[in-house]
Amino acid sequence: MSGYRGTRAANAREAADWSTRRVIANNLRSIMGRAFPRIIGLTREPSWVFFEILLPFLAVSAFVFVYRALEAPEEYIGFVVLGGAVTAFWLNVVWMMAAQFYWEKDQGNLELYFTAPMHLMSILAGMAIGGLVMTSSRALAVIGIGTILYGVSYNVQEPFLLAAVFLLTMVPLYGLGMLFASLFLLWGREAFHLAQLLQEPIYFLGGVNFPIRALGAVSGLVVAMLPLAVGLDAMRQLAFPGPVSQGLLPVTTEMLILAGMAVIFLVGARFALAYLEHLARREGRLTLRWQ
Amino acid sequence: MPVEPAIQARGVTRVYKAKPEPVTALGGVDLDVEPGEFFGLLGPNGAGKTTLIKILTTLLLPTSGTAKVAGFDVVTETAKIRRVINMVSGGEQSGYGLLTTREQLWMFSQFYGLPTREGWRRVDELIGIVGLQEQRDQKVRTLSTGQRQKLNFARGMLNDPWVLFLDEPTLGLDVGAARDLREHTLAWRAAAPARTVLLTTHYMVEAEQLCDRIAIVDRGKILALGTPEELRRRVQAESIFRIELDRLPASGGLAGLAALPGVLSAVPADADGAGAGADRVAIKVALADDSALTTVVTAVAERGAQLIGLAKSEPSLEDVFVELVGRGFGDQSDDGERAS
Repeated sequence: MSGYRGTRAANAREAADWSTRRVIANNLRSIMGRAFPRIIGLTREPSWVFFEILLPFLAVSAFVFVYRALEAPEEYIGFVVLGGAVTAFWLNVVWMMAAQFYWEKDQGNLELYFTAPMHLMSILAGMAIGGLVMTSSRALAVIGIGTILYGVSYNVQEPFLLAAVFLLTMVPLYGLGMLFASLFLLWGREAFHLAQLLQEPIYFLGGVNFPIRALGAVSGLVVAMLPLAVGLDAMRQLAFPGPVSQGLLPVTTEMLILAGMAVIFLVGARFALAYLEHLARREGRLTLRWQ
Repeated sequence: MPVEPAIQARGVTRVYKAKPEPVTALGGVDLDVEPGEFFGLLGPNGAGKTTLIKILTTLLLPTSGTAKVAGFDVVTETAKIRRVINMVSGGEQSGYGLLTTREQLWMFSQFYGLPTREGWRRVDELIGIVGLQEQRDQKVRTLSTGQRQKLNFARGMLNDPWVLFLDEPTLGLDVGAARDLREHTLAWRAAAPARTVLLTTHYMVEAEQLCDRIAIVDRGKILALGTPEELRRRVQAESIFRIELDRLPASGGLAGLAALPGVLSAVPADADGAGAGADRVAIKVALADDSALTTVVTAVAERGAQLIGLAKSEPSLEDVFVELVGRGFGDQSDDGERAS
């Protein structure tokens, strides 16, 4: 029963007096701490290989067979495989980011996040990084299987630029997820339905299985709103250069759009979170588990 | 320089929006808890205990009034408060079921900024202290309710809080697990007497066993506040003793004892006057204060009776509550949180 230690600070006021360095370290550790269960989940529940790679791959395969039957250019097969890989990130954002606070509230974690000393943005960032690591392995698996099975050939002339576009796509994509995390909790009780509401329309508008240019006039609007669509268009241009892969906009322009989106969504997430916390404290609704 | 209270509340109210009309969960609470105190909020469900804890832990804003923890305002200085507090609630299901006990605690240690290696060391230390060694690598979702609450308790200790809030921490636990948890709480506090604990409970024994002072709360108001002894004295000015003798004393029997200085009354202990048994009698004497007991014991011996047993009859905290409120704990109302 013994073994408890005494306190280090002389009094509570001294214990609460943190340096800026300590505050930053606390937030960085919190990011790592929240990412931890997501990354651990990779090894702990191998059933994801079946549910999140093999099953979604059937949808990718369906489009491959349609394009082959129509004798579409071979690049289209690569489009679909790449789209299938990026879809994993969108699903992760919708189900594991946007709906997460809602589920955290049910478990009682949200209360503990509120009472801990880190900023809540660190929790969201941890979720995002954990989700990104987790989903990257799934996306790589989809690309690997698709490439081997359907003989996709890539012509990447600027691999670093492709990597930069990928990373630049992920920032606004997960920033959007961070924004949705607060909004889902504020909007309604049925996170499940909200997530479903976002899933199918984005499959369509994001141009996951076809070049976004095919959407015509609507595509401009899409580009302005969806990091998934912009990023995918840029990545396809870089992975399959040629007339078939002509993008909606030049890659550099799309990168600028992605950077702009990143700022908007991250700042939006920050404000939404501040509003969420204020509402939670004022109304008492969001941190009480039974409500 | 005067010592700042660990917890201070002045005129704290909290009103929840509800239909058909708002619910007042706290109706003007004034409270001072000193550093190092183990303070209990005792009251039935719906009394406003949890609402007060949520305000003090920065989860809720008061509708009016001010509250401070460690000298920091709960409305404007939340970041500083969160660095020195922690909270453990009864029936808590926090964390992630796929993590092991050890991993779960380490994850929470990161939220309090413990360096990685120190975090693991602290986790192992706490696992040992709360007795979860055998479950250290077991997934959290497979833990029993008691083990789960031990885990929650260890989580609450991770940052070595100056003010620990325990909200019905033994709710739903069996007798053994609840006792273990109470012992852990006392041991933790004993290791650093400056630590303050605010406990909410509706278990009388728990409040009595743990708390230096208790506030009896009902319907959002503090009805009485003091040490358990002081609270009991509120409903019983005199001291009452049950005395078992081999026979009634000579020289006037009970009336003779009642006539002694400092003795207010002496009556059979049991309502039917049957006493304790064939070979003994039980009497109840009411004394102006405990010092009159010596006189009674001496008189009993001088008058030829042998003392077999002696026990002080104390009113329970439930007696105090019934006296103050006019109803028992079982007669509960809905609380503000649930109604909103």
